[in-house]
Amino acid sequence: MKVPIETKVNNKPYKLEVEARSTLLDILRDELKIKSVHRGCEDGECGACTVLLNGKPVCSCLVLAPQVGGAEITTVEGLLKDDELHPLMLAFVENHAIQCGYCTPGVIMTAYYLLNNLTEFTDEELRKGIEGNLCRCTGYIHIIKAIKTAKEYKDSGNWW
Amino acid sequence: MRNLLGLRAIPQIEYHRPTELTEALKLLAELKEGYRIIAGGTDLVPAARRGGVSLPNHTHIIDISSIKELDYIVKDDGMIRIGAVTRVSEIGVSTVVKEHVPIVADAASQLGSLQVRNLGTIGGNLCNASPAADTAPPLLVLDAKVNVRGVDGQRLVPVTELFTGPGKTILAPGEILAEIQIPTTEATAGSCFIKLGRRNAFTLSIVSVATLVKVKDGIFDDVRIALGAVAPTPIRASKAEEYLTGKETREQVIDEGAKIVAGEVKPISDVRASEEYRRDMSYILTKRAINCSVQRARG
Repeated sequence: MKVPIETKVNNKPYKLEVEARSTLLDILRDELKIKSVHRGCEDGECGACTVLLNGKPVCSCLVLAPQVGGAEITTVEGLLKDDELHPLMLAFVENHAIQCGYCTPGVIMTAYYLLNNLTEFTDEELRKGIEGNLCRCTGYIHIIKAIKTAKEYKDSGNWW
Repeated sequence: MRNLLGLRAIPQIEYHRPTELTEALKLLAELKEGYRIIAGGTDLVPAARRGGVSLPNHTHIIDISSIKELDYIVKDDGMIRIGAVTRVSEIGVSTVVKEHVPIVADAASQLGSLQVRNLGTIGGNLCNASPAADTAPPLLVLDAKVNVRGVDGQRLVPVTELFTGPGKTILAPGEILAEIQIPTTEATAGSCFIKLGRRNAFTLSIVSVATLVKVKDGIFDDVRIALGAVAPTPIRASKAEEYLTGKETREQVIDEGAKIVAGEVKPISDVRASEEYRRDMSYILTKRAINCSVQRARG
């Protein structure tokens, strides 16, 4: 069954005919060719497919494609400004918070949400915040460092 | 579209997205059966992909997550009312819930991960009827009820009567769980929710316990104990409740009550824990939860 939907991805409006049983992950990767959204466990466990759905991080593998009709979706590409890296991404580069990189786009989307929604946080709260993103390289220490660097950027006004 | 082929493919579905409750109920009445209701999708979508749920080709999927009239948290007349499609994340951070029924917020903020809580709904958590459903033990001790709507009317069902087995509820074909009603407890009551998983974050419960006590002059005036993941459904430990009520809030008494709980549970062994471990932890966690509730209680 095909379902017509209108949706906005990274601020660009799309009119799509989606297969009812396909997921948001499928349409982002296979129709819109946004390959930063990674296919991991497809079970809602790993967070590699995390995107913002109406501003909130969700596993795109758990959302049926027709459910995003009328919704706004943001992936890491949506954080770029004229191809310039977002300060959060820079913080990841500077802190070597990327090992194999498979979890990175998902972690960044969760971190972007946390930084925009928590004014202050402890290390513990930060760790709890990224509980839904697994790093198979176990590089969490650098990820936490990067998010804290990004927080400094944000507090100093270097943010969008 | 390789995910639509092979073993991990979700079967063909007929998708419906009603935006009003009456429209959804009418649709269910027309379809009679051969449908599944979906809201957040965090249980059904992976289960459909895994084959963990029987979803014959062309099953009608009724997506009720866009029914705005089922998305709210309000307080009126000694009661917190939560619409069934309210996202678990909203419940975890709700000031109304935190203030009046804090154990519901505690359980909600420990359910799944941030990504799962942003999708999953409280109605879905209940209707999926997992023995380990995190929102169930707090709702059980708070004597919550659910409002079930059908095309011909509605009925109020205590959460204690909602679950009939793993994955099973008393909901009849054509019915939708529309609202959760939680009586606010007196400010003097103390309550506590403890969840034990294999790790501290994003984990399924091995045992979860919710307790609520009222204490008068060092005597248990009211004791309520509920547990998850230790029986075919989330349960109230009524024998232990009965034993403790009217007794002194002494360590020894609480220990004895918690032992009775360990006898009341009917756990299984699975990938997460053995039957023995679950029984042991039912005892330990009940003791901790009651002690914590007593400390929080005033009077």
